[in-house]
Amino acid sequence: MKLLIKGGIVSAALFAAFGANADEEASLVINEDIEITVRTDAPAHLDNMRTIYSGWVYRSDETQALQMDDFENPGMIFVDDAIDVWASADGSEGKGCVDCHNEPASMAGVRATYPKWNEEAGEVRTLAMQVNGCRTERMGAEEWKYDGSDMLNMEALLASVSRGMPVNVAIDGPAQSTWEMGKELYYTRTGQLDLSCANCHEDNYGNNIRADHLSQGQINGFPTYRLKNAKLNGVQSRFRGCVRDTRAETYAVGSDEFIALELYVASRGNGLSVEGPSVRN
Amino acid sequence: MKSITVFVCAGMMATAAMAEIAPDDVTYDEYGEVMVSLSGQPGDPVVGKEIMVERGKGNCIACHQVTALEEYPFHGEVGPSLDGIAERRTDVELRGILANPKMTYEGTIMPAFYRTSGFTRPGDEFTGEAAAGPLAPLLTAQEIEDVVAYLLTLTD
Ligand code: HEC
Ligand code: HEC
Repeated sequence: MKLLIKGGIVSAALFAAFGANADEEASLVINEDIEITVRTDAPAHLDNMRTIYSGWVYRSDETQALQMDDFENPGMIFVDDAIDVWASADGSEGKGCVDCHNEPASMAGVRATYPKWNEEAGEVRTLAMQVNGCRTERMGAEEWKYDGSDMLNMEALLASVSRGMPVNVAIDGPAQSTWEMGKELYYTRTGQLDLSCANCHEDNYGNNIRADHLSQGQINGFPTYRLKNAKLNGVQSRFRGCVRDTRAETYAVGSDEFIALELYVASRGNGLSVEGPSVRN
Repeated sequence: MKSITVFVCAGMMATAAMAEIAPDDVTYDEYGEVMVSLSGQPGDPVVGKEIMVERGKGNCIACHQVTALEEYPFHGEVGPSLDGIAERRTDVELRGILANPKMTYEGTIMPAFYRTSGFTRPGDEFTGEAAAGPLAPLLTAQEIEDVVAYLLTLTD
């Protein structure tokens, strides 16, 4: 079935039954300005796939369209909220993000390289960890909750100023052992359904599983505004949902396991554009 | 009269209980086939049909297309179509594939519907929490028999 689709011989009968299916050949340009790479050659470290696709490709025409214009994209409302927070002082040092980083646009390119190794901290940091690092170490402010709304709004802002830039996370050097751990988790079958990420997102992308059209589970579009719950959703909360759906005991959001998995999954999308805040169903 | 009826019923129930095979005790032959009814009873194809489509039960159409179940929306494409499966597979093969398809197809994505051990990080159903106690199989012995009976109605 998948081979047929990939070969381009899409049978009309196959798709007739699923009216909501996407135009998998469509291109994404945001605001008639920012060109987004939604399909490209797989990075060299991926053995089993030749082409990588953004999850946008698999969404319905209507959902795809919401992301083409910032006035239509509900995720952009949260970017506006974060722009205000960016400029506001918080914590014992009386500083805001703006005091160290100037305008949000100065962050262009940052989202594309996370998670990444932080030399001082001696750990791989996700973007959320880095934001909290700034809050506690430089602002003397409280940490934001991982995947809580303050954090997701800020991540949406940071993603938005990197839109169109290629994801480019480092997998070697000091990050390598974390990356290896993430890879191991990606291919481990869990839960009573005994499924790994790869079973759905590598072996079956493009196929329907009941009413869901499976994507490659890429994270270049995060945070994601989901029509299903009408809010921004974080990467690791998404992982949690997918693991739960295998009838498994999940890892916690913010755990070492999910940090490693985030690095690994991000690296599977090296070459796709940063696209957040994206719109999904 | 009455006491005889009671006696007979109790006797039948005892036989049925003894004949049910626990998930860990199922014997698969070298092709993954299971020779005897898991419940010791025949299956009911009408019940089996419900199990095929219900999300909280077999939800088989999540992965398989079945023309005879067209009235139920959204059939998946992850597994092969089951149209005409009764022409290709026997009851003992179907029972084995349902109970634990990995005995027939190594490494398959299809879940084992009558297996309760050997999992990594088994959860408490779909809560994301660790399993609190021993797992129940996804389908009971009788439900497996019911689905097998339904699949055997799928002739070309
Ligand atoms: C039983 C099938 C299944 C398994 C196993 C599974 N997922 Fe998913 N996943 C889905 C479905 C269905 C969706 C929603 C449709 C889509 O985007 O693919 C989804 C969506 C996602 C998304 C959102 C993609 C986007 O563009 O917004 C990510 C990221 C993801 N999965 C990652 C993972 C990871 C990592 C694992 C393993 C820890 C995993 N999934 C395991 C079924 C699964
Ligand atoms: C997550 C996906 C998935 C689910 C759920 C699933 N299957 Fe399957 N099934 C498969 C795949 C894939 C195969 C093909 C075996 C292989 O090559 O891995 C298969 C094979 C089969 C076969 C053998 C087909 C043949 O042509 O010989 C039968 C029969 C079958 N499944 C019945 C069922 C029934 C009945 C249910 C529900 C109680 C079910 N399956 C649930 C994925 C699934």
